[in-house]
Amino acid sequence: MPLTKRKRAAYLRYAQYVLILALAAVVVLAADWGVLRDKFFNPDIIRDQFPDVLTVALKNTVVFTACGFAFGLALGLGLALMRLSSVGPWRWLSTGVIELFRGLPALVVFLALGVGFPRAFPQYEIPGGQLGTATLALGLVGGAYMAETIRAGIQAVPKGQYEAARTLGMSHSRAMVSVVVPQAFRIVLPPLTNELILLTKDSSLIYILGLSLDQYELTKWGREGMNSEANLTPIIVVGFCYLIITVPLSIVVRRMEAKAGRAR
Amino acid sequence: MTTTDATQGAPAARDAAAIDVQDLHKHFGENEVLKGIDVQVARGEVVCVIGPSGSGKSTLLRCVNLLEVPTIGRIFVEGVEVTDPDVDIDALRSRTGMVFQQFNLFPHMTVLQNLCISQRKVRKRGKEESVEVARRNLAKVGLAEKESAYPAHLSGGQQQRVAIARALSMDPDMMLFDEPTSALDPELVGDVLAVMKDLAAEGMTMMVVTHEMGFAREVGDKLVFMDDGVVVEEGLPSVVLSDPQHERTRAFLSKVL
Ligand SMILES: Nc1ncnc2c1ncn2[C@@H]1O[C@H](COP(=O)(O)OP(=O)(O)O)[C@@H](O)[C@H]1O
Ligand SMILES: [Mg+2]
Repeated sequence: MPLTKRKRAAYLRYAQYVLILALAAVVVLAADWGVLRDKFFNPDIIRDQFPDVLTVALKNTVVFTACGFAFGLALGLGLALMRLSSVGPWRWLSTGVIELFRGLPALVVFLALGVGFPRAFPQYEIPGGQLGTATLALGLVGGAYMAETIRAGIQAVPKGQYEAARTLGMSHSRAMVSVVVPQAFRIVLPPLTNELILLTKDSSLIYILGLSLDQYELTKWGREGMNSEANLTPIIVVGFCYLIITVPLSIVVRRMEAKAGRAR
Repeated sequence: MTTTDATQGAPAARDAAAIDVQDLHKHFGENEVLKGIDVQVARGEVVCVIGPSGSGKSTLLRCVNLLEVPTIGRIFVEGVEVTDPDVDIDALRSRTGMVFQQFNLFPHMTVLQNLCISQRKVRKRGKEESVEVARRNLAKVGLAEKESAYPAHLSGGQQQRVAIARALSMDPDMMLFDEPTSALDPELVGDVLAVMKDLAAEGMTMMVVTHEMGFAREVGDKLVFMDDGVVVEEGLPSVVLSDPQHERTRAFLSKVL
């Protein structure tokens, strides 16, 4: 008896459920739960992590990321405005900076600022110590990406908005500050929040700078814990801490995108 | 500053036309869009500009406040040469109100903020004074109760009246209108035209690109017919509309009337 299209689709769907269940069964049966619990989810070690993993490590990750993001946002806005300038050298300079820091791995930027800079210019020092260097490195990496996002946002604001502002007697910069940029930011809020998620993860590279105990951010905290306990539980705890930051952010992004989609 | 001198009326400037366009040419690359335009608008006069789409009406208007830079020719506004590279273009624009087909209200501001922002930032008026001026102009266009609404919550006709009130809040010497009713549903056109008519009755100098022949006939002091980048014919609106002298004018009017 030939199957109707609908029935065939239904059977195919059941087949997929069965396959997934089978895979789950294999994992459950094959895993050595005793070892897993002992090495990855060890309750004693989990208890030991708190509250410091939150009050020190999570806090430091948030502080480093927030500073880097704030600096990156200002830098990105500046680069975007330079990129759109009618003055050639501004455009070339910003294009150069953007391409350089988008093209380099974040790790290389951290090495350059944390290790390279002090050797190249021993007489100078990046102000603000570790936090200053981390802010600069994360800001450069994030700012280069955000510059292109913000530029696209500025260009997405209808030209008539700028013209109406100029017609009312506003100067170019006043029209940008009061009329164009605020509208551009609404457009680019979702991609900027995505960038914040990426920077949160990139902040794990700060360990390169050498951190004192009270400066440990999540990844460094997890690695040290893993080494001293000879156990992977601290890494698991730290992983959850990252998700506490990133998952709500991506829910926010999805909401904003859905809202923007409806408005259109 | 030259612009204020002229508007505050040195005797020589008082005789000058509000807008004086002399031999204006405008090229976009190879494309010559305006081919030698001469137009004068006297103080308190309402000049309506008609013509087929693409004939250069918007470009002419945009040249008057330098949204487009003329290729050749001179333009005087209140006796000040705007094409002079030394002119303070922001000051000039702040005295030349412009109303666009697409309204161009700032969507992230309330109606009141739309009316106050350039009073504050350009005219440097205080908060109270700017709000007072804004409310006066909103009342004038019949939208006093909408001051805290956002533009998206207004009808097209209301948005265009707010745009007019916004331009008026800068106390301009003249108003330029670029097809202010062309983006509106037919039933909303009347309200906007009524506001413009009141403005004309108060003696505002106006240059109006429009397809509303009734408005041109009733309110206009002069009608300018443009085609293909030149002024084909100009004169009293009733005369041009009922007794056009040129074949191109007749052909255009037979299509729109
Ligand atoms: N910014 C621009 N760049 C190139 N061509 C333009 C530009 N603005 C207008 N034009 C051209 O100039 C001509 C006249 O346009 P416009 O002044 O808008 O006419 P109208 O307002 O009478 O319809 C059109 O052919 C148009 O394509
Ligand atoms: Mg036009």
